[in-house]
Amino acid sequence: MTAPGVTTQTVPAPAKPSGKAARRIKDNLTGHAFLIGAVVCFALFMWYPMIRGIVMSFQRTRRGETTWVGWDNYTRIVADPSFWIAWKNTFLFTILALVVGYVLPFFVAILLNEFRHAKGYLRILVYLPVMLPPASALFLFKYYAYDPSEAGLFNAILKFLHLPTSEWMQSPTMTIPAMVIASTWMNLGSAVLIYLASLQNIPGELYEAAELDGAGIWRRIWSVTIPQTRLILALLAMLQIVATMQLFIEPLILANGAGTQDSATSVAYLIYQHGFFQNDLNGAAALGVIMLIVLAAFSAVYVRLTTKQD
Amino acid sequence: MSVPQYRKAAALALVAGLGLSLTACSTKSDDDGGTDAAGKVTITVDCQPVGAQKELLANWNADVAEFQKQNPDITIKSVSVGEQCNNPPDFTARLAGGTMTDVFYGYMTDLQQVLDSGQAMDITQYATKDTIPTWDSVDPALKEVFTEEGKLYAVPVKNYSMGLVYNKALFKKAGLDPEAPPKTWAEVRAAAKKIAGTGGGVAGYSEYSAGNTGGWHFTALNYSQGGKILSEDGKKAEFNNAQGKQVLQNLKDMRYGDNSMGSRQLLQWGDLLTNAGAGKVGMFIGAPDATQAIVSQFQGKYEDWAMGPMPGQDGPAKGTLGGGEGYFFKKDLTGEQVKAGLKWIAYQKLTPGKGQLDYVRAKPQNYPVGLPQPLLFTNGSEAQKQELELRKANANVDTANFKAFEENPVPIVGEPRNAQAIYAVLDSAMSGVLTNPNANIDSLLKTAETKVNQLQAAGS
Repeated sequence: MTAPGVTTQTVPAPAKPSGKAARRIKDNLTGHAFLIGAVVCFALFMWYPMIRGIVMSFQRTRRGETTWVGWDNYTRIVADPSFWIAWKNTFLFTILALVVGYVLPFFVAILLNEFRHAKGYLRILVYLPVMLPPASALFLFKYYAYDPSEAGLFNAILKFLHLPTSEWMQSPTMTIPAMVIASTWMNLGSAVLIYLASLQNIPGELYEAAELDGAGIWRRIWSVTIPQTRLILALLAMLQIVATMQLFIEPLILANGAGTQDSATSVAYLIYQHGFFQNDLNGAAALGVIMLIVLAAFSAVYVRLTTKQD
Repeated sequence: MSVPQYRKAAALALVAGLGLSLTACSTKSDDDGGTDAAGKVTITVDCQPVGAQKELLANWNADVAEFQKQNPDITIKSVSVGEQCNNPPDFTARLAGGTMTDVFYGYMTDLQQVLDSGQAMDITQYATKDTIPTWDSVDPALKEVFTEEGKLYAVPVKNYSMGLVYNKALFKKAGLDPEAPPKTWAEVRAAAKKIAGTGGGVAGYSEYSAGNTGGWHFTALNYSQGGKILSEDGKKAEFNNAQGKQVLQNLKDMRYGDNSMGSRQLLQWGDLLTNAGAGKVGMFIGAPDATQAIVSQFQGKYEDWAMGPMPGQDGPAKGTLGGGEGYFFKKDLTGEQVKAGLKWIAYQKLTPGKGQLDYVRAKPQNYPVGLPQPLLFTNGSEAQKQELELRKANANVDTANFKAFEENPVPIVGEPRNAQAIYAVLDSAMSGVLTNPNANIDSLLKTAETKVNQLQAAGS
């Protein structure tokens, strides 16, 4: 039996362009067949739901009848008293997560990079929380760290230090910071590893030259480390914005949903609430589309940055 | 086979496998109307107990085997959906995804969303004595809950009404009479203060405020005040008034005035019952089957728990919330399938001495027999007589613990239309008053009212 791939390569292709295309498809039949699986998966589980969501956001289903309602779902969603609260909470979380969860791993990475001994062990220690399933990690925070009584871990520490204790997730003012702390703890390891990889690509001569010029640690970070890792820094910032704006599991587990008077309600949680608690899948779809537009704007920046890096 | 052919075969197998796996994701009985060439009818039914519920699962499987023996022309395909049976968002997801079984379980509060999904079948003509021998004895009020515009969409299989569930051991410890549960909210407050005073982080009275359960209990508390959730036409919220304010004020007084509700709030169903099972809750409002959950799921003891009637503001409660469960039928089933499904429900849920009412079988198992509910059959009916006799003869809990609840009946008020959506909104009012000492009750109720009015406008 002759391998079909070998035969077709030895015979010259016909001159007609349409014949060329057909031949190219035939030549790569195996490759295309393998591709079908991925394309079908993307089409079914990514593109179709997205398009269906956009269509649904302009429809309404009652008693099994679906009708077109124009912008009604959008106006109704925007009029929901929780709408602006959810956006405020989401942006506040994103900003705080960026300030804490973005800067902290960078300095932890620099610190780890400076260690000459036990580097491997320290990296494992930093990465350990990432290996814990997010739901388990959040339950640990909920029941042990954020217990509002004095038996709670954080409150016990605060009491030991003679500082005022907090009700954590039950306090409207502490809800977002508490979610940021838990989220940072869970995700710090991944960011640290990426930063570490980037730091190790910086030529050692640059630091040596800086040292010879009398640069101290801060000066070296400012003039060597940050410029050399700026693209990674920018990319991680974008990725973090897109990821943190989809805040969902933290309110769901830590605050049992909306928290105290919507203090934990995020946009993603509000979508869930409309879709699965309020029998309002069309409203949820409209809010999803609004969120998609906002995230697409951030993603556009991300794509631009990655293109520049390429 | 040469290498490229091998690859092609692998690729084709992959594509075929993907197609097969997608078509396999179906909960339909089959594509020929559920009837095979031999005339055997097949139906799929959900909420088979999960593997961890060993005794319940064994009971279910035994029921299926016995039913099929008695009805050789019917095949029951059981589907276990785990926690999705009693978790509203999971139910909604399955409904939206069109993955319901032919006969599917739902709360009484689910009727509207099932109708909106267009997946419910009108079973009025099939629900008769021929398919369900005890049908004429089933409480008409329960049938009414699953009826819309004269059409019946589900068969009720369980019902409850709420009262005051209390821990007798903690009552004794606090110097309270365990045989005399509080009858008014003022008495509840005083008892809660004493129980919390025993220390050890015990909440004298505990309440939900998350996961829809806060709104559910706000509704029950509001009914006890004589309040309503919706106007008569169901279009407007009607809880932003003196009764609604009193509900929140009572809770605020206990939470921050007396510090008798414990420090942990934002509780939902499992949280409160976990605390109750651990002996950390003195009182809460609930149905008799709450004690079953405390014992079978949260390691509590039956002898510790008793029930009184729902408390009222200045005297007996003006109302208490009643609810329950039923089985819906998926649209487009054949008449034979609907009849088969009804016969199964009749056997497993509505026949004294069989299925869920087989108290002889349940007695030695870790499930309570002798609780005052469910009460599925009308007073004085033959079915009720049989069921109550069997219940009494096989009781494995001290029925005296529920005497105060049974002897002081409170008018039962049904759940509002679009209940789960309303409960989600009212969670916020409950969480506000239980976690913020400076919560403004007027503002909490006003916000909830605005949201519920929007919901009802959108849903009408």
